Amino acid sequence: MPKEVILTLQNISLHFGGIKAINDVSMQFENQKITAVIGPNGAGKTTLFNIITGNYKPQTGSLTFKNIDLNKHDCHEITKLGIARTFQNIRLFKNLSVLDNLKVAFHVGTKYGPVDILFKNSAFKHEEKIIEEEAMTLLRLIKLEHKKDLPAASLSYGEQRKLELVRTLATKPKIILLDEPAAGMNPTETKELTELIKKIKVDFNLAIILIEHDMGLVMDMSDEIYVLDYGVLIAQGKPSEIQKNPQVIQAYLGISEGINEEEHPEVISL
Amino acid sequence: MSDATIYLLWDGLQFLINGLTQGSIYALVALGYTMVYGIIRLVNFAHGEFLMLGSMGAFYAYRFGLPLPIVLLTAIAVAAFFALLTEKCVYRPVRNENRITSLMTAIGASLFFQYSGQVLFGASPKKLPDLIEEKYFNFYDVSISSSQLLIIGMTLVVMLLLYLLVHFTKIGKAMRAVSFNPKAAELSGINTQFVISFTFFIGAALAGLSGVLLSNIMTVEPLMGTMLGLKAFIAAVLGGIGHIPGAFLGGLILGIFENLVAGFYKASFRDIVSFVILIVLLMIRPQGILGKNQREKI
Amino acid sequence: MDYFLQIFNTTGIFIILALSLNVINGFCGQFSLGHAGFFAIGAYAASFLSTEIQHTYVLSPIILLLLSCLFSFFMATVLGLIVAIPALRLKGDYLAITTLGFSEIVRIAIINSESLGGSRGFVGIPRLSNSFWIYATVFLTIIVLYRLKKSKLGRAWQAISDDEIAAENMGISLFKYKLIAFLIGSSIAGVAGAHFAFLQQFIHPSNFSFMWSVIILTMAILGGLGSISGPIIGAIILTIIPEILRFFGSEISELRMVLYSLLLIFLMLKKPKGLLGDREIWELTFFKTFFQKEKKNA
Repeated sequence: MPKEVILTLQNISLHFGGIKAINDVSMQFENQKITAVIGPNGAGKTTLFNIITGNYKPQTGSLTFKNIDLNKHDCHEITKLGIARTFQNIRLFKNLSVLDNLKVAFHVGTKYGPVDILFKNSAFKHEEKIIEEEAMTLLRLIKLEHKKDLPAASLSYGEQRKLELVRTLATKPKIILLDEPAAGMNPTETKELTELIKKIKVDFNLAIILIEHDMGLVMDMSDEIYVLDYGVLIAQGKPSEIQKNPQVIQAYLGISEGINEEEHPEVISL
Repeated sequence: MSDATIYLLWDGLQFLINGLTQGSIYALVALGYTMVYGIIRLVNFAHGEFLMLGSMGAFYAYRFGLPLPIVLLTAIAVAAFFALLTEKCVYRPVRNENRITSLMTAIGASLFFQYSGQVLFGASPKKLPDLIEEKYFNFYDVSISSSQLLIIGMTLVVMLLLYLLVHFTKIGKAMRAVSFNPKAAELSGINTQFVISFTFFIGAALAGLSGVLLSNIMTVEPLMGTMLGLKAFIAAVLGGIGHIPGAFLGGLILGIFENLVAGFYKASFRDIVSFVILIVLLMIRPQGILGKNQREKI
Repeated sequence: MDYFLQIFNTTGIFIILALSLNVINGFCGQFSLGHAGFFAIGAYAASFLSTEIQHTYVLSPIILLLLSCLFSFFMATVLGLIVAIPALRLKGDYLAITTLGFSEIVRIAIINSESLGGSRGFVGIPRLSNSFWIYATVFLTIIVLYRLKKSKLGRAWQAISDDEIAAENMGISLFKYKLIAFLIGSSIAGVAGAHFAFLQQFIHPSNFSFMWSVIILTMAILGGLGSISGPIIGAIILTIIPEILRFFGSEISELRMVLYSLLLIFLMLKKPKGLLGDREIWELTFFKTFFQKEKKNA
């Protein structure tokens, strides 16, 4: 398959006060590929995500997505352009129901206006019906239809992560950024998650960027890996290359791949 | 230089002096706001009422025939008492709730004291005894009174003492620790509740003190704390809320600006000045003059 | 009879006010403490326009009423825009204080404005409104707000209220939707102001003080922020109970404001989400079982 690059980061730098969180980083992300960004805690991975989504603006460098300069756009506009994400600490709408969490995310594609709302006309009713149907479809993907009216906060941890994952799909993205989607999951849940991610990559024709500490997951799923350490890109390549890279191994202080979180709790980020 | 300009300058100087005096009062009251906010991130709306209660206490002490120094101490004690009471019964239970809930309790407490005050003390203003004999010192067209000198002087003394307290004592260190990171402070063995109560105590004591210092200038009545409290809060925000030097800076700037506007323009516009300053400030530099920008972690 | 009618009308006006505030504070989760300012602008705009028109033209009262309400709506929206643009950059306490500041600026500006009656108040307003028009507005407001709530707009507001960063990342423009909430809240409050002026025929800056912003907010919170029936219930309770207290004599009546503030504190300590929380009255389990029983019997 020909290489289809849809997101390019060029010489991105961002510092907070005296700390250089991201230091001259350049990356490329391809469609229908899963790219992982790994590195020790504090390496700047989530900061990188925040830059891509527009929550932070870099001081230097450019981001190009589908030939659009992302620097010129606000966070919500970037989502509309087709970049969606999940969060390290899960940011579901806790007081909303499971179904409403998804319905909110359909905001981007909904076209009716205030007049339609006030007069409750057919355009309004039609789109609301579509939103309800599409939201249910997404719920069925993660087998949570029976919990649709429960508050999102009442779901188990694993269910919340899965909900956050499919919520990104509601914004009809081209790229989804997953920030530690498997954190806190047991091996069975992790396996289910891996299958789910691979499935949606194909079904929804997406590029997926992944931050993860579960090295087994990373090596299994990723097509390409970038390694960050102290905001600097120290390695990139295929999983097999990265595993052998001495700088990477050193950055992780000798921790090898396939780490089990119960044995090495220090790997879990704060 | 024309005569008109000279008069303008002398007027300006007078307004400046009045402003420094007013500003000193704002600063003393602002300290209470800033310290409490620094410690528990709460805008203690009732702070102005602690001042009022202290002044009321002082008034009744004076009526009772007590000597002046005791009257002063009464003001401080009464203000501090109500502050500690309010902290324990009203603020402590909601400390871990969201900001809006805490703010609304503070507003409720403030209104409670105001209206109870009206019922208990009657709305008619009361006069406190002059703290010192009013003498005027004239310098060409500018005059400064002894009470003005007292207020400015007291504020400088308080500023110095507070600096010593916060930077050179154990409790001061604890205050700084709790303000920086309450959980870490607790884990280091600091009794955070004590520090919080102590902060309320100091803040209210200063408010009580200000109430009496105002005796030459203002009368005592149940609603005296409202506007004053609000302006002092704005002064604290102006200087950088949570920063003690900020309260002084903010108070003085606000006082001076107010008097310049009231003097050169319209006296009735006096109160608008603080709000306009607040809004402009929050638009261009919300953290205040000495404040630091705080980022939310995404 | 007249007395009960007056209460009925006043309740209607406060229902409109509480509902409109609820759009900003409840649906969208922004903390506005300046609602009295929008109420004021609406009242004074309507009074000014109607009295000016009456000097030169003779119009049917209904036309005059509708024109004035439209004008109030417009002026309140403009004020809402002026307030929102700086204020919405801020959060929590700072937003609250800014809105409070604007409201006070409006009030003080009115006091200083001779053409609006200044501190004497505005007299001679025609009696253009009545129960029908007030409750027509209530009804219209309820329908509009309910439909907005059950649409993508309502969901966007809920998302913003729950987690702004997540909302932003779902493609929701924070500024745009907060602004819309503000403008809707302010414009409806303006219309309430028009009705108030046409009902009382005399308005005074003291009708629009910070205390009133707090009262309206208490009404919204009492019933439950975030629902439609909540503020309605809150407004009804808090308009009627003070009237009932009047019957217990003037002493108890004086305590009205004291009791108010105690209620506020109590609410915040025990039931910060209000009596209904964010559920509608027809969603309460009590009513649900009632309706289920009906079905069983049928």
